[in-house]
Amino acid sequence: MTRVPMKCRVCREPAVIDLRRHNANFCREHFVAHCEEQVRRAIKHFRMIVPDERVVVAVSGGKDSLALWDLLGRLEIPADGLYVGLGIDEYSDESHRYAREYAQSRGRTLHVVDLAADHGFTIPGAAAATRRAPCGACGLSKRHVFNQFALEHGYDVIATGHNLDDEAAVLLGNVLHWDLDYLARQHPALPAAPGFARKVKPLYRLGEREMAAYCVLERIDYQVEECPMAAGNRHLGYKETLNDLEHRSPGSKAAFLFGFLERAHEQLGRGDAGPDVELHPCPGCGAPTPGELCAFCRLRERAIPVTAS
Amino acid sequence: MKVLLRNPRRELEIPGPTTVHALLARLELNPESVLVIVGDELVTNDARLAADADIEIRPVISGGADAGGPR
Repeated sequence: MTRVPMKCRVCREPAVIDLRRHNANFCREHFVAHCEEQVRRAIKHFRMIVPDERVVVAVSGGKDSLALWDLLGRLEIPADGLYVGLGIDEYSDESHRYAREYAQSRGRTLHVVDLAADHGFTIPGAAAATRRAPCGACGLSKRHVFNQFALEHGYDVIATGHNLDDEAAVLLGNVLHWDLDYLARQHPALPAAPGFARKVKPLYRLGEREMAAYCVLERIDYQVEECPMAAGNRHLGYKETLNDLEHRSPGSKAAFLFGFLERAHEQLGRGDAGPDVELHPCPGCGAPTPGELCAFCRLRERAIPVTAS
Repeated sequence: MKVLLRNPRRELEIPGPTTVHALLARLELNPESVLVIVGDELVTNDARLAADADIEIRPVISGGADAGGPR
């Protein structure tokens, strides 16, 4: 029997990628068009970005954030980048280089905030100080820095590269623990609120494999190596589990995430800071907080002496 | 065939020719979790791989996401 090579669903030319979830194969041109369409749909559906708003992309040097920055450019949505230096030795140096080289090659503006230089600590220092998994301190620090930067520099929207796999894995983790507060806040578009810029995830309809493929096909160099501090991270385990399900039953991840967003999220509240919690400015940095010092300033106070030692 | 794997980076020599599907099965890799690149080009699961091909199997999973936390 003669084997028939995979053909693009749109033009019948040889395909470069097969997407079992969509029961489709695409050539380079039509795969890129597919990615554009998914981002356009996401932005339109949740009114993530409206004309003339100032957008800053959280750029890590990895495939997702660089693909997002690139796709926003294709959709003619001007956006600057913000890279946060985490102080994870050569890994951070490399990731900064990828972000910087992309920005230079496309003539984009890349801002940089360095945790060590600007806040006096690093993520390894924070992890050692708290004796907890580094990803928690990393996520907390990045959320804080992105938000403060957006507010201080007049950006209306922070766009992050969270993709379908990221969101499905977070959802699985939150469901396994029935963490209703986190479930209420899990949404592709968190509205602006006093002290908070709008946060959006325009890649939530695209999988991790699609984003890596986009970068390969568009010749975007990105950091392939995994963060050394993420080894053993439980979300990597959730992703592997979800990919096992996806392999057996294509479309499972999208059904899980999109079903949550369409049928369950609304039952959980608005997904904002929470109407019952009174927030006031943190005496350390001015960010809204329900406590005395905000979580970032508390982390910083503990991490500075450990980082310096 | 020379096969480059990442995270950690290592190189294997595997007899060819074969298909992408068969190569991934042999290495017990989930096709949802990787891309297969020959030279500079992406290839689909049914593609045939020549005995002298230089192949990269690139993982697509990246981690580090936290549960969400406060805004």
